[in-house]
Amino acid sequence: MSPILFWLFAILMLIAGAGVIANRNPVASALSLVVCLLFLAALFVSLDAFFIGVIEVLVYAGAVMVLFLFIIMLLDLRAEERRKINLPAWAGGTLVTLIFAGQIYGVLKRFPLGQQPFPPLNLAGQPDGKLNDVHEVGMTLFSTHNLPFQVIGVLILVATIGVVILSKRELK
Amino acid sequence: MSLTLNHYLFVSGMLFSIGFAGVLLRRNIIIIFMSLELMLNAANLSLVAFSRFNVGTNGLPNYNAQVLVFFIITVAAAEVAVGLAIIVALYRARQTTHVEDINSLKF
Repeated sequence: MSPILFWLFAILMLIAGAGVIANRNPVASALSLVVCLLFLAALFVSLDAFFIGVIEVLVYAGAVMVLFLFIIMLLDLRAEERRKINLPAWAGGTLVTLIFAGQIYGVLKRFPLGQQPFPPLNLAGQPDGKLNDVHEVGMTLFSTHNLPFQVIGVLILVATIGVVILSKRELK
Repeated sequence: MSLTLNHYLFVSGMLFSIGFAGVLLRRNIIIIFMSLELMLNAANLSLVAFSRFNVGTNGLPNYNAQVLVFFIITVAAAEVAVGLAIIVALYRARQTTHVEDINSLKF
């Protein structure tokens, strides 16, 4: 992928991400998050991770964000009214975030491996000479990581039962 | 100038910082929850970048990292379902989503 496309997607993604925390209206925040996730999926595709990009759009931008919008509309949340800003908390939060971002920048400056370009892929063993990454992810998932995959199934079952119990009116 | 691993890690770090700022600065519990999703996705981006960077002897990316991203997305979906159920239960009890109004442990 050309650097121009990378910067285009990355900057639009960061702008949409900033929109999530800058909007006062929760619906606008949720839609901003959808846009952010779509550009993130484009970045995944630029890294030859087509399967992860598709899953990101389907699961995150599709299912999870519909759930968010559904809850926002169920609770009928409007744009929150302005309150008195708690100045020490706000200044402290901004300061901690800026220090954190500076730390990340400092660590990356001192990471010599990260200054190398991405090595090229060797697609000679692939059918039609194209990257068949769904097959590769599937093989890794069902052979090397088979037990965690089944444990994830149990986790989702527990989460589903937990949500049903939490949603009952009387928690007795 | 070609793209390096640091470009992706830097963008991932900035996305994480935005999510971190959202958790620290915002007072609406749903926006805080969305900021958590931003931070999880920033971690996903750096994992995929490392996967593409670490090309193995067969000339393909390291797919263990992409399987980990798959697990993270699955756990995040379960986490969103449980978290939103908790928020709805909280809203029924308190009629607010503002974290400064939720300041007692028992109600």
